[in-house]
Amino acid sequence: MRTEWRGFNGTKWQNEVNVRDFIQHNYTSYDGDESFLAGPTQATDTLWSKLKELQKEERAKGGVLDMETEVVSSLTSYGAAYIDEKSKDLEKVVGLQTDKPLKRAFMPYGGIKMAEQACTTYGYQPSEKLHEIFHTYVKTHNDGVFDAYTAEMKHVRHNHILTGLPDTYGRGRIVGDYRRVALYGIDFLIAEKKKDLDNMGEREMSDEVIRLREEVAMQIKALKGLKEMAAIYGFDISNPAQNAREAVQWLYFGYLGAVKTQNGAAMSVGRVSTFLDIYFTRDMAEGTLTEADAQELIDHLVMKFRMVKFARIPSYNELFSGDPVWATLEVAGMGQDGRSMVTKNDFRFLHTLENMGPSPEPNLTVLYSSRLPKAFKKYAAMISVKTSSIQYENDDVMRPVWGDDYSICCCVSATQTGKEMQFFGARANLAKCLTYAISGGVDSKTREQVGPAYRAIEGDVVTYDEFMPKFMDMMEWLAAVYVKTLNLIHYMHDKYFYEAAEMALIDTDVRRTFATGIAGFSHVVDSISAIKYAKVNIIRDETGFPLEFKTEGDFPRYGNDDDRADEIAVWLLKTFVNMIKKHHTYRNSEPTTSILTITSNVVYGKYTSNMPDGRKAGTPLAPGANPSYGAEQNGLLASLNSVAKLPYEYALDGISNTQTISPSALGQNDEERANTLVGVLDGYFNQGSHHLNVNVFGVDKLKDAMEHPEKEEYQNFTIRVSGYAVKFIDLTREQQLDVIARQAHERL
Amino acid sequence: MTKGYIHSIESFGSVDGPGIRFLIFLQGCPMRCQFCHNPDSWAVSKQQEMTAEELLDKAERFRSYWGDKGGITVSGGEALLQIDFLLELFTKAHERGINTCLDTSAQPFRRHGEWFDKFEALMQVTDTILLDIKHIRDDEHRKITCCSNQNILDCARYLSDIRKPVWIRHVLVPSITDKDEYLHELADFLSTLQNIERIDVLPYHTLGIFKYEKLGIPYPLDGVEPPTKERIENAKTILGAK
Repeated sequence: MRTEWRGFNGTKWQNEVNVRDFIQHNYTSYDGDESFLAGPTQATDTLWSKLKELQKEERAKGGVLDMETEVVSSLTSYGAAYIDEKSKDLEKVVGLQTDKPLKRAFMPYGGIKMAEQACTTYGYQPSEKLHEIFHTYVKTHNDGVFDAYTAEMKHVRHNHILTGLPDTYGRGRIVGDYRRVALYGIDFLIAEKKKDLDNMGEREMSDEVIRLREEVAMQIKALKGLKEMAAIYGFDISNPAQNAREAVQWLYFGYLGAVKTQNGAAMSVGRVSTFLDIYFTRDMAEGTLTEADAQELIDHLVMKFRMVKFARIPSYNELFSGDPVWATLEVAGMGQDGRSMVTKNDFRFLHTLENMGPSPEPNLTVLYSSRLPKAFKKYAAMISVKTSSIQYENDDVMRPVWGDDYSICCCVSATQTGKEMQFFGARANLAKCLTYAISGGVDSKTREQVGPAYRAIEGDVVTYDEFMPKFMDMMEWLAAVYVKTLNLIHYMHDKYFYEAAEMALIDTDVRRTFATGIAGFSHVVDSISAIKYAKVNIIRDETGFPLEFKTEGDFPRYGNDDDRADEIAVWLLKTFVNMIKKHHTYRNSEPTTSILTITSNVVYGKYTSNMPDGRKAGTPLAPGANPSYGAEQNGLLASLNSVAKLPYEYALDGISNTQTISPSALGQNDEERANTLVGVLDGYFNQGSHHLNVNVFGVDKLKDAMEHPEKEEYQNFTIRVSGYAVKFIDLTREQQLDVIARQAHERL
Repeated sequence: MTKGYIHSIESFGSVDGPGIRFLIFLQGCPMRCQFCHNPDSWAVSKQQEMTAEELLDKAERFRSYWGDKGGITVSGGEALLQIDFLLELFTKAHERGINTCLDTSAQPFRRHGEWFDKFEALMQVTDTILLDIKHIRDDEHRKITCCSNQNILDCARYLSDIRKPVWIRHVLVPSITDKDEYLHELADFLSTLQNIERIDVLPYHTLGIFKYEKLGIPYPLDGVEPPTKERIENAKTILGAK
């Protein structure tokens, strides 16, 4: 056995890349409480203070501290850089994206226009040379997409019935198995990839094989690049990590390679906690690591994840507010053999929110099961109560589908670590689709014929029998154009902006999923319910266009545990995903769908007209799978029960639900609040639901933070939005108002 | 089968009895507390009628949240005004293995006759009682609720005698209940009881005022502000609340 692997058990993982096998043979689950945890070291305090200053400066400069205008980002385009040159010896984990902390790199391959616009928006001007190269000699992803787009695709995009498409930015959502760098070292990984390359193309040289050969060759180059990048910082990562500190550093280099070469919408870290704990435990047994050292390593690693930045354009920021990168990182979960995968390291990662205060990144995610150790559940709930910075996802519904070594590749979507990649597909606005069914495909805002010119509803009342076939037809059309558009986008992304550094850390024989999404979910459900159970009168404008609706009578709404409405919700999900599945998907990927909207619910709502459920034109859609504003009449649990009825098997890309609970509604003190929250989580997840974002604060605090963003206490005031976390003060005012308007669960 | 007159239900209660609870608010109240935040629950009207079975079916949809402590809590209005319904509801709840909790002002309590027989039967199927004591002094109690507190205190003693677990709830209203002498008297009374599991101080709030406006009822405590943090802490210390 190699000396780096001393003391480790199991054999399968030694002969081939199999990190899961390594974890299962070597981890030590921990059932105890948080009393072992260590506070921040002096080094941590010093570095974090420095970083907080930089963050403050960044905000004062309008959200961007510095930008690159001369150099195209690559694995090796910069020398070594540190949070602060003077205190660089304090950094236990090193490596920055550029030559300065929080400086944003220039990444033109997604689209040169966007890369340049991102600079000019913040007062920077990319060099003439770069401009010339990328406008004259180099083609980007965005160029490719717009070369190939059909007129119809441009039309649906322009009318925002398909929105947030990754045609102007990196698609992201690919999680390299960064643990492989630590466990195997780069040389082993190169050798394995070379074997793969040698094994393809002997029998036939089809388009697929040629493409794959080219991709694997690029992956091998990227692996060599990773070695060079590490060498710049004085590390040789050819061989496996020998101890905890190296394991953390090697793993981080893997991730750093990804964020130096890609500006994907989501750049997740993955499930690294239990893996790293194995090294920590070994070092402690060997007497070379104390608890304070261990926590310091995790704090410093997390600090690096808090620093990841990308240059974004205003329209991107509108969609995904608050400068998120979705450095999603998972803790906990259960193993297939029934053992809890909670280790001391899972506590340490959550503890960073105490040692360095709340933060939106990394997007800390607890893979939840009611069978997790009690003490851990309570600690996580306590951290939620104190920081509102973590999200929960149901391991009991994901494990049967993805096994026990999956990661979350965006905000909430699962992916098997190192074995899978995802084609991110943004969202189809089904709320808009519903209005098209009534108007015969004409958009209320542009008055263009966007959908097919099917016969509109011509009477004064929207009847269920007339409406439903029209809605089905319109959804069929939308599903078709949606899949076609995504096929095209991902073809071009593979061609012009291939994620070699990430794919190098994923098996060559990769499983691909094709992640579509639904926006406006609850409004469609409630509108169909209104059409079915009440009387929906059409109010036409002078041209006869069905511009408004007057709904008479009561109707059940999604969010009250009322089966009449919730059955419509289940029907809608199943129907849409089945329509998606009828179509060919790029590279034979497996189609999935999600009900999650991130903060884009505000923008989507802007382009969506009046609806039969009473939602007014231009107002935000409810986020993700959340019930509509004001629809919930029976309290938090009734709302949760409605969402829990949505079958995860039909929305494998995720069902996001965000709830804000006033502290007083959870209990009289933090202890009680944590216990209550555990009860809520157990009850919700035991019903087979998928995801819950938990915020614990009152509306008063939000209002005060909106009016007084300068107060020290709000500098890192983090809130969970649909599938991720943001600093509240970084949201646009519009989005802040939206968050406030969503009624927090509190009771008189 | 008796039907209950229901004011409203709430799926999530965490401070209204042990654990997470499904809350049922019954309609109708004999008291007219000046600081009441639910004046819309006073009238004995038949807004919404439900049978015990219907309510329990609804409640059980939330069973997965209850864990080993939670269950249902019936509040009001004054739940004891519908004692027949309550008895049926709690009996059937226990048959289904559901933990029961009654939130009451105990105003209808009396130790005699058929009513008391029913109350004794009710106590057989009630796991916890949240007892609201509005004021320890009878004259003040009459002023703020229009009713005497003698039978209420008697109820507290009875519940102590049968060792029924009780949580005391006391609304802290500046200038009305928030005087140290009152709080000390209340604490003295509570110290004579053998069954108190918990004492909650509920700070008076003004969030119910809009309901008065809606109902066209003049708000009796116009101008009274919620108590300060210091006064809340003071009351908690005197009463021994956690």
